[in-house]
Amino acid sequence: MLASLVRWLDERLDLEGLIAPFKHKTVPTHRFSYWYFFGGVTLFLFIIQVLTGILLLLYYRPGANEAYESVQYIMTRVQFGWLIRSIHAWAANLMIFTAFVHMFSVLFLKAYRKPRELTWVSGMLLLFLVMGFGFSGYLLPWNTLAFFATKVGTEMAGQVPIVGKAMMIFLRGGPEVTGATLTRFFGFHVAVLPGLVTVLIAMHLFFVQRQGMSVPPKIEEEWIENPSARREMKFFPNFMLRELMAWYVAMGVLGALAAFFPWNLSTKADPFVSAPAGIKPEWYFLFMFQTLKLIPSKVWFVDGEVLGILGCSLAGLLWLLLPFFDNDKAGRGKAWITGLSIFALVYVVGMSVYGYLAK
Amino acid sequence: MAILQSNFRRLIAARAAGLAGFLALAACLAYGQDVNSCLDCHSAQPGRLEVTQEKFSQDIHSQKGLTCTSCHGGDASSYDPDQAMSKKAGWKGKIDRKQIPQLCGSCHSNPAYMRSFNPSLRTDQLDQYHTSMHGKRLAAGDDKVAVCTDCHSVHDLRPPSDPRSTVNPVNVAQTCSRCHSDAAYMKQYGIPTDQFAKYNTSVHHDAMVVRGDLSAPTCTTCHGNHGAAPPGVDKVQNVCANCHAFQAQMYGKSTHFKAFQDKGLPGCVVCHSNHGIHMPSDAMLGTGPGGVCMRCHAPGDHCDRARAEILGNLTQLDGAIKNADQSLRLAESAGMEVSEARLAQDQAVDSLTKARVTIHSFQAALVNQDVQTGMKIASANLKAGQDAMVERNHRRIGLGICFIAIAMMLVGLWLYIKKLES
Repeated sequence: MLASLVRWLDERLDLEGLIAPFKHKTVPTHRFSYWYFFGGVTLFLFIIQVLTGILLLLYYRPGANEAYESVQYIMTRVQFGWLIRSIHAWAANLMIFTAFVHMFSVLFLKAYRKPRELTWVSGMLLLFLVMGFGFSGYLLPWNTLAFFATKVGTEMAGQVPIVGKAMMIFLRGGPEVTGATLTRFFGFHVAVLPGLVTVLIAMHLFFVQRQGMSVPPKIEEEWIENPSARREMKFFPNFMLRELMAWYVAMGVLGALAAFFPWNLSTKADPFVSAPAGIKPEWYFLFMFQTLKLIPSKVWFVDGEVLGILGCSLAGLLWLLLPFFDNDKAGRGKAWITGLSIFALVYVVGMSVYGYLAK
Repeated sequence: MAILQSNFRRLIAARAAGLAGFLALAACLAYGQDVNSCLDCHSAQPGRLEVTQEKFSQDIHSQKGLTCTSCHGGDASSYDPDQAMSKKAGWKGKIDRKQIPQLCGSCHSNPAYMRSFNPSLRTDQLDQYHTSMHGKRLAAGDDKVAVCTDCHSVHDLRPPSDPRSTVNPVNVAQTCSRCHSDAAYMKQYGIPTDQFAKYNTSVHHDAMVVRGDLSAPTCTTCHGNHGAAPPGVDKVQNVCANCHAFQAQMYGKSTHFKAFQDKGLPGCVVCHSNHGIHMPSDAMLGTGPGGVCMRCHAPGDHCDRARAEILGNLTQLDGAIKNADQSLRLAESAGMEVSEARLAQDQAVDSLTKARVTIHSFQAALVNQDVQTGMKIASANLKAGQDAMVERNHRRIGLGICFIAIAMMLVGLWLYIKKLES
């Protein structure tokens, strides 16, 4: 039955021709190959986000008077609503985590070098957008923590010189965080960001398919010295089936997290109460938050917070353009970039842990 | 030489002109500034006569433009003591205690004059004072009783809204206690001096000082301020009813109201005391040390049976709320969403509070109505918590089944890959 359906489609759409390039495509096999899976797992989690997001949209109502109650309704009254919302929230966090892991693995395996600069740039833009997804989605349940986290986050954006104030008002839909901010963030979260991310994912995958998987310089050298050690596997079906296994593992982890730690709803946002003591952003913004906290209020004549935000923005921009600084002729990648990568990893992890433990 | 002499003369002339200019400027600046010879002298006076510029500048009267002469008369512009404190200039000297209310009232009882400072200020303080125990005794010649300055202070008098004011709600009890807790000072009046000590242990003090609720009662809330007088037996329930309206309504219709009236018992105070009112508890209905009913009623009588029934019902509802609370806490700690039941828990607690208010009707049937309403809500909340835990178990079973399916898929895929690559 299935075979006859495939044959029927093949006669009309030339399915064989469509998947032929994938049949010829190969993936290098070496001791670091498992890092290749994280990009795919991130994509899988994005697909989960889209699907669960659509289901949540059936019941979610944006607006300061309805948002919290609609999420509460999803959690308590809708069949498996709790599961969909918990998976959406956990998958969002896991997606940001796997995107970070993917970014650092690309960095340490030197996969960003020529000719893959655009793959890196599109990937970094995707990472920024995914963090934007996290920031905008966090407000949507309209609970106390989300309200104040958004207030603090948008206030930080307002510190940027010249354009900061206008940017903050644009993000908030006014001078304060209100229902207008919620509907605006909802628009970003379900329309603007998904559109941008879909285009960028298409570009990112196109670059990967065109250029193939990068082989780390060290492995490349070993293979040049000993050509018989070179190993490859077919992308389809061998690598694809392994990727599918990774997706199943991710699904299991997601299910366990949703069942054992259903995502909390907390209390409804009340703009008239004071912010809870020791309020902190989500874990993926913690390293930046802690950095800003550690900068003195005045550095020489510059406002500390402004300096911190400009510093973080500049660091992000330089990170985005990192491949263009690595023009090592030998193709091994510059040593200072490896050092910087190690420092960045230690800094991000260290500051996040410090921020989590700090009062 | 002639040139040098000429330059020297010019220099001398310039210096003289500069000095004259400086003196003219100083005179201009000094012109129009108020001279207050009273404060200049009294800043250096010892003890009670000392009134500094710094102290008087804190006084609301000073801030509104009044000066020493507004109360004491005299001529503050003269540095000659004979002229400044001359009878001809209207100098009154130290105001006699007995004259203080009248002096303050000369402005504060004048609505037209007071309106120019603060239209919302009352102007009946002096009339009120005359009706007070303090005012009556002062009129009878007792100058130990409180006059305006004893409570409001003098020369650094601040408005009651100022937290540093002696009559700010937080400070009122302390101010009254300066006389009323002084056993030696109060000896001739034969009234207790432990009110402040008792008030400090009360639920009202706790609300005012610990919780910072400025609407909580202090001495003047029940006794009045300018018209301060001890509330009479029949007035006590009226005083309490100003805040505890529902309890008073219930009590007013109860059998106790008439019985207490007939026996001359001071209503609320009989069970709750007055200055040292503690947080009421269900133990007041018990037969233990905190119980109040059995002070008058005999064991086994009709009232004792009603008491036992009310206490039993309240205890039952209190227990049901606690059980529901525990069940919901357990569900919450398991990550289950029970916020609706948690909200309904407040309604159950409200029913318990209402039942405790209804106690003042002293009718077991009425109290039981509120208890039953609360019991219904608490039972539903208990069930919500239990259902949430059952749901949690179902989720875990579902997860287990999913894990088995995922594991089978993984094994199948692995075997398929091995077969493909063999």
